[in-house]
This record gives sequence, structure tokens and C-alpha cells, in this order.
Amino acid sequence: MELAICIITGFMILGAIYAIHAKDLLSAVITCGIVGYSLVICFLLLKAPDLAIVQIVVDTITLIIMVAVVLDSSREERFSRLDLSGRITAFTSLVVIGILLYFFVIAAENLDALGNSTLRMAAPYINGAAEKTGSANLVTGVVFDFRGYDTMGEAVVLVTAVIGVLAVLRIKGKKEGFGLLKEDSAKA
Amino acid sequence: MTAYYMCFGLFLVGLYGVITRRNLVKIAISLSIMEISAFLFFALIGYISGGVAPIVNPADPDKVYVDPLPQALVLTAIVIGLATTALLLAVIIRIYRKYNTFDIREIRNLRG
Repeated sequence: MELAICIITGFMILGAIYAIHAKDLLSAVITCGIVGYSLVICFLLLKAPDLAIVQIVVDTITLIIMVAVVLDSSREERFSRLDLSGRITAFTSLVVIGILLYFFVIAAENLDALGNSTLRMAAPYINGAAEKTGSANLVTGVVFDFRGYDTMGEAVVLVTAVIGVLAVLRIKGKKEGFGLLKEDSAKA
Repeated sequence: MTAYYMCFGLFLVGLYGVITRRNLVKIAISLSIMEISAFLFFALIGYISGGVAPIVNPADPDKVYVDPLPQALVLTAIVIGLATTALLLAVIIRIYRKYNTFDIREIRNLRG
């Protein structure tokens, strides 16, 4: 099990590295799709079918939006030679990554080995959850019953994001306003 | 244990992309890679070897289930990740239409 997860995660890392270094933005976006769909397989291996269903839908939507953004543009990333500030940035990022890796190695000692985790928090959820919530699916019971307010907050965030996207992409009213201003200044 | 390190490696790849890339689309991709590694980490923590998916079967009460709590948290986080990515890409489209480039250095040069 752990071997399969490691192999798929290795694919994800390779895809991520290619996505970051690709010259064509469209191929970068498609390669980012490899990472997302590999995550779906990982969820299925880790016995999380609900997450796999949600992730495959969300990843498809994200891919469509990203492809729409990229196709609208010139698609190529202009690579210039690494100047001084670029070198400083790369060096800084490597230092930050080293520091984070050091702290993760310290923190990983306190983690249970894969598959040996215990149901510390979830034991009350599992014991008699079907009678308490009326749902055979424990994840649905947690999301919509025990943590219902959390889900309500999630819905608020979604609505806010949709309003934000509509406000950012709405250009009609603003353009007419600017046009009037320009004409006015031209007349003056 | 190796799976945890691989998962954190994926996070670091995303972090490297966010810090070093100058293209806005690449930065959005890197952010979503970091998000994905966080989801994978939560799913790994909740896994119990020999467990089955957390769907109760009344006929067989002695089964071991994997932890449903991290799965519920990730379910919320995935949807919020979609919302933030959509908002980020909307802002990127607006920037491209105004400055005709994805490069953050040129956007800075055109200020004022």
C-alpha cells in the first residue's frame, strides 16, 4: 500500500516539476492536471471514495478554467537569462526549503507510521453515528451534522468567491464610464 | 513513513514554484500543487491499514473504518480551494487584459 502511494506521489512530483518548468503555458496547465488526477487515485487507495468523487469534479473544473485563461493569451512564457535578483530569489527559496525540511524531519518523528493511526477524535463519531445522524456514510454525517456550521461557512465562502469573480470580470459598466470620461476630457 | 516525506516534497516543489516563477499562471499552478499536497497529507494521516471506507454496514458491525474526520475536513477544503483558485484566475485574466502580459516584473514596471 505504502509503495503504491509512494510511486503515485513520485509521479505527482515529476508532473509538478515539469509544470513549473514548461515553456508552453498550455502544457504546464495540462501537466498540472496529472497532479490532480493522481490525487484521485491516491484517495481511492486510501479508502476515501467521497473525496475522490469531489476531487475529480473540482479538478476538471479547475483545468477548464485554467485552459480558458491560457488560450486567451499568447501562451508562451518569456524566459530571460537569470539576472542577479533572479539568482538571489532562487538561493533564498533553496534556503527556505532547507529550513522547512529540517523542521519537517523533526515533526515527522511525532507522526504515527502510515496505517497505524488511532481514532483519537473520531471515536465518538463512529460509535453510534448511524443512529445519531441517520446517515450510513460517516463522512456525510460529520460534514452535515456534527460540523454543520463549518459547512455553512464553506457555503458562505463559495458565494463570496462567486460574487468576487463576477465583480472582477464585469467590465461592461466600467468601460462605458471610462469612455465617457475620455470623451469629456477630449472635449474640454 | 516515506509517503509523508514524498508528500512534503510535493509541497516544497510547489513552494519553489511560487517563490521563483515570474509568470502569474505558473504561480497559480504552484499554489494549487501546494493545496493538493496538503489534501494528500490529511488523507494519509487518517488512513488505518486494513480499514474500509467509512460507510456503515449494519450487518457487519466489527469492521475497522478509516478515520472519517480528516476526510470531512478535506472535503470542505477542496471546495474552498476551487473557490480561491477561480477568484485568483479571474484577477489574472483582468491583469492580462490591462497589461497584455503575465510577467509580474513588467507589470511592476508599468506602474504609475
